[in-house]
Amino acid sequence: MKPLSVIVTTVSDVFAWFMIVFGVYVILNGHSTPGGGFQGGAIVATFLSFMLVAHGGKRFLAWVNGGMYGLLEFVGLMAFFLFGCLGFPNSFFHNSIAVAQGARPLSEWLPYCGTISLMNAAVGFEVVGALSLVVLYMYSSIRMVDTGAGMGGERGHDRFDR
Amino acid sequence: MKKTIFIAAVIVLGGLLCGMFEAIHPFGVPVSVDMDEYILTRAPVDRSAPNVVTSMVFDYRGFDTLGEAAVLFTALTSIASLFRDGGKKE
Amino acid sequence: MTASIAEKMDWLGNASYVVVALLVIMALYTIITQKNLLKICVALAVLGSSVNLFLVLLGYRDGGSIPIYHMKGAGDLMVLPTPQCLTLTAIVIALATTALMLSLIILIHKHYGTLDIDEIRRLRG
Repeated sequence: MKPLSVIVTTVSDVFAWFMIVFGVYVILNGHSTPGGGFQGGAIVATFLSFMLVAHGGKRFLAWVNGGMYGLLEFVGLMAFFLFGCLGFPNSFFHNSIAVAQGARPLSEWLPYCGTISLMNAAVGFEVVGALSLVVLYMYSSIRMVDTGAGMGGERGHDRFDR
Repeated sequence: MKKTIFIAAVIVLGGLLCGMFEAIHPFGVPVSVDMDEYILTRAPVDRSAPNVVTSMVFDYRGFDTLGEAAVLFTALTSIASLFRDGGKKE
Repeated sequence: MTASIAEKMDWLGNASYVVVALLVIMALYTIITQKNLLKICVALAVLGSSVNLFLVLLGYRDGGSIPIYHMKGAGDLMVLPTPQCLTLTAIVIALATTALMLSLIILIHKHYGTLDIDEIRRLRG
């Protein structure tokens, strides 16, 4: 595979940060627009792929801290479980906040929806951690195949490694 | 020879699929909509949630979403255990 | 009203489901005939996507808008939310299984040095 061009790497480097902003927007507006935790989390997780294309393997592996994404996954999953426990006098996953508030008109500017927004944020954390760790693990496995076995090929985007 | 048998099997299966699609309800007219109508009318009133799909994912069918998150976590755990040697060649 | 629309479009019949049938047939043909594991993995992903498309198509109502009260159009009718919810679940699970399949393919390529299933079978019995 030939090295990727400068245009691709530069655009990836700039565009990755916009993907974070767009993913957080999708997560935070998940209760009133199409989207939610899973979709926005998948969008945010493309950040690592863009970073991988932009900076190459060695700098990518030196820069990314896998433990942080593991912590993100853990916090998201536990928060999702605890938000489910919030409705426990009635039932698991009972939306007690929205029920306690009573019916509100739908024409309000920002609907609150009880625990739905909180669960969106928790699931967003979880999906960001999981998919970023998948990208990280799979890339580190591919990289050691290429360099360790001495096959020589597939050095593609390692051009900017120093 | 083998490929001919495969193609014949796929064609027969496709014919069966098209026959099945003739037998189900016509497109655009679902048959039993009672539960969906109930949720469509009650979700904005009870939960003040304008997005009915999100309300269903996180509230009415929260157990499904918990299982979904568990499946994602299980897949991540499997991948981490497959690559747990940190990239050294065996 | 909905029945009249369905009667008017009767010449079209269930043509939307034929798309699902075509996708399923293409995916099954690829799974049966191809030798490359990566192509089989892509075909499995296409198969899952066709099933998701079938689920969403089952929940469509004639003249229905999206089930979001902020954004719906003039009509009162909405499409069914339950198949969309199930599809959302199925998409994430399909993504997890696809990631697991790709990881296994990476390990197979590391172990055998090839992705051809006949080669793999011949090498290790």
